[in-house]
Amino acid sequence: MRHLLSAGDLSRDEATLVLDTAAELAQVGDRSVKKLPTLRGRTVVNLFYEDSTRTRTSFELAAKRLSADVINFSAKGSSVSKGESLKDTALTLQAMGADAVVIRHSASGAAHRLANWVDGSVLNAGDGTHEHPTQALLDAYTMRDRLGRLDGLRVAVVGDILHSRVARSNVLLLTTLGAHVTLVAPPTLLPVSVHTWPCEVSYDLDEVLPKSDVVMMLRVQAERMRDSFFPSVREYSRNYGLDGERLNRMPAEAIVMHPGPMVRGMEISAEVADSPRCTVTEQVANGVSLRMAVLYLLLGGS
Amino acid sequence: MPHTKGPHLVRGARPLGGDPVDLLFVDGLIAETGSGLQAPEGAQIVDATGLIALPGLVDLHTHLREPGREDAETVASGSRSAAMGGYTSVHAMANTDPVADTAGVVEQVWRLGREAGYCDVRPVGAVTVGLAGEQLSEIGAMADSAAQVRVFSDDGICVWDALLMRRALEYVKAFDGVIAQHAQEPRLTEGAQMNEGCVSDRLGLPGWPAVAEEAIIARDCLLAQHVGSRLHVCHVSTKGSVDIIRWAKERGCDVTAEVTPHHLLLTDDLVESYDPIYKVNPPLRTAEDVQALREGLADGTIDIVATDHAPHPVEAKETEWSTAAMGMVGLETALPVVQRTMVDTGLLTWAQVADRMSAAPARIGRVSGHGRGLAVGEPANVVLYDPEAPVDVDGAAMATKSSNTPFRGMTLPGRVRATFLRGAPTVLEGKIN
Amino acid sequence: MGSADPAPDPDAPEVPEGTRAVLDGNELNRALTRIAHEVLERTKGGQHVTLLGIPSRGVPLARRLARRIERVEDLSVPTGSLDITMYRDDLRLAPARALGRTEIPAGGLDDRVVVLVDDVLFSGRTVRAALDALGDLGRPRAVQLAVLVDRGHRELPIRADYVGKNLPTSLRESVTVRLDETDGHDAVLLGPSRPSPANTLKGGLKGGLRSGSPDSSPATTEGDD
Repeated sequence: MRHLLSAGDLSRDEATLVLDTAAELAQVGDRSVKKLPTLRGRTVVNLFYEDSTRTRTSFELAAKRLSADVINFSAKGSSVSKGESLKDTALTLQAMGADAVVIRHSASGAAHRLANWVDGSVLNAGDGTHEHPTQALLDAYTMRDRLGRLDGLRVAVVGDILHSRVARSNVLLLTTLGAHVTLVAPPTLLPVSVHTWPCEVSYDLDEVLPKSDVVMMLRVQAERMRDSFFPSVREYSRNYGLDGERLNRMPAEAIVMHPGPMVRGMEISAEVADSPRCTVTEQVANGVSLRMAVLYLLLGGS
Repeated sequence: MPHTKGPHLVRGARPLGGDPVDLLFVDGLIAETGSGLQAPEGAQIVDATGLIALPGLVDLHTHLREPGREDAETVASGSRSAAMGGYTSVHAMANTDPVADTAGVVEQVWRLGREAGYCDVRPVGAVTVGLAGEQLSEIGAMADSAAQVRVFSDDGICVWDALLMRRALEYVKAFDGVIAQHAQEPRLTEGAQMNEGCVSDRLGLPGWPAVAEEAIIARDCLLAQHVGSRLHVCHVSTKGSVDIIRWAKERGCDVTAEVTPHHLLLTDDLVESYDPIYKVNPPLRTAEDVQALREGLADGTIDIVATDHAPHPVEAKETEWSTAAMGMVGLETALPVVQRTMVDTGLLTWAQVADRMSAAPARIGRVSGHGRGLAVGEPANVVLYDPEAPVDVDGAAMATKSSNTPFRGMTLPGRVRATFLRGAPTVLEGKIN
Repeated sequence: MGSADPAPDPDAPEVPEGTRAVLDGNELNRALTRIAHEVLERTKGGQHVTLLGIPSRGVPLARRLARRIERVEDLSVPTGSLDITMYRDDLRLAPARALGRTEIPAGGLDDRVVVLVDDVLFSGRTVRAALDALGDLGRPRAVQLAVLVDRGHRELPIRADYVGKNLPTSLRESVTVRLDETDGHDAVLLGPSRPSPANTLKGGLKGGLRSGSPDSSPATTEGDD
């Protein structure tokens, strides 16, 4: 594999290697010189068609810690916004000698398409409602770091599964790594064929919580209400939001995760978001190590 | 016109796949059939040993793009493509720019077809002004025009307003017209990118559920029966649609239906490549749907094969999936795909292929002079097809101006060797004449 | 118990065809004991010494040295490991490699006498990488190098401060160190050169990563310098 396009492309050994490598590279953040020379002379392009300061910064920092040259190519204010096609942008980056392109795009499959047009590695940093593999990897890393294992871990993913690239990547990766995933959402926010996915499905958060080691809350956009996915924010929050009371029904060691950005008062209460059992900031920190690992494994060798 | 009009003697062709005979074409008609025919003076002799002779194919669903998108196709290039596929008559869909919703536009398309001369181009008229689905276009004027329009369609867009659909069905009764419906419930398919199912869910692409097609077909069948008019269903793509049409025919509804070659062969798992060459409307469905469509075509529930030939320039397909145009070229691969999916599988005989691809579409479109069989005295609209000449599909090598074929890289079992339009070869030895 | 005339010992591990033991277990351990004494002498009692083993086999060697120093001087020597993979100059010649562990003892490296420990000194490139890595981790007072075998053929101006055995070799030969901790027994073997299995992951992320720690690869260090 030259690219990281889908979390489903990783075998168990490969995924474990990424996590192990990330664990080693996590030390770099604690050193006096927070930099490794490994990718010196390599060029990494961050090609972001959607605003995502969080993910872009994480990739940028990861690449810089490995001494790669980083170019941020955002759609706004560039030729992209003047109607240049993805293919022409790809050929431009190719001509500039990009060794890797990190792409975030609103269209599902954009990273797959890009991989046809460039010689370098393509890293999918989120494509439409398809996948976000490095998010799933950093989530798995965080779970393993906090709870010591992934095999047999019970993970509930709660929220807008239908439109979530994070959920898709997590189902694939966590299943590969031996965890048991349960998706929790109102039926309108689940894909029609979800019963064919390698996970459990529930419409009842309260029934799932006591049996979960991890609960991952997904962002729910209020505009989904206008499209009749649920009647009101209040009803959604009442049935599927995580508040302190619900948190107390989880096992004592269980953790709360969120890929960010959180909508406090919608899917998660402020009390839970600020609780020490919530790993949101750890996920951000781990994201840098994880992305270093992926960049190293894709670009570090021949 | 580029081709020669003199007498042609076709030697050793197998009409409808039967025993070899000679066919003599004189003055645009089939003048004589039999073995060991004497070649008249000046006759060109075509060796058709091993080739199957079929009546010239008739396509009820072709996008020729002219006027408006001459970069993708013109009437001339599209009709050359048709001839290469064995077609002698095509119906040019109305979604041009300007839309074919007036007598002026349909007459222009009709005239361009005559000037090109590779096949008879029958314009399809828009049902509603600008395909906007709000107001009936001047259907009567198009019917009375030189183009003699009989098929009306907003193809690409569904006539979703039930009342408007009822009126259109009623109105065309006056001149024996037919409404060809693109069955797609719009609210259920907002932003839809592909068949809704396991693959779309995995790929994160908004789904186009089968029910969005089936619900409209059911409604339209009931409407057509209520007002006693003719309904034609474009590009049927789901098992449920086949079931509904079968049911409607059983209860006496005057409904006909078409299936495209690509829906007879391809399935939605091809979308996993995210290559928009596989993006089409209606979308590629599942293997179960493909099987039901083949059975429906075999038992006559689906009356005809229509190509939905939809050329697009390269840049419309070399993009991310969601921004790519929908559609596939199909004229030049239709007959080989039908051979592979229907004949080689034992579902249709060649005589039935002639019905599904020539006689029945001519009947539905009220096209005189086509789909009439291979008897002496009939117009010499004939295709000679070699069922044992595998071809590696290459869009760039096609006569169409575009190259967006989903069959590229595949090997199809046969190829058209010659096409005759009223006795004159438009294609000879597999090349435009 | 010399290696001059090895009597067939039913418990002795098998030596692969075409290779011979240049150090057996006892000799290997005597060499380590000598190095421990030399370190104490050279560093004037070893008060400021930190031992850093270079994965994979430098790490158990560093621990053994630490134990010996502790036995002699009743002194606890901070011991850790220093993976040099990310500093290699040949990364782009092979698919991405799995990382070894880096464990810097509490207290860090500033003002310490760091003794790098490796099994075989060959081209000197590993040591060059280790020096670069050290520079990013702190500022030791001094850096010294201890190796079990120096087989010659240096490609960089680097020499060892402590050598278990100088072993003149041909480039067509391979030197293999086996340790109880990683391989079940102690020995240094000299044999014909073999294609390097090395610690590389076949294909890296680019073609089916074979996970597998460096330790699971055959106990060769040739080409792994």
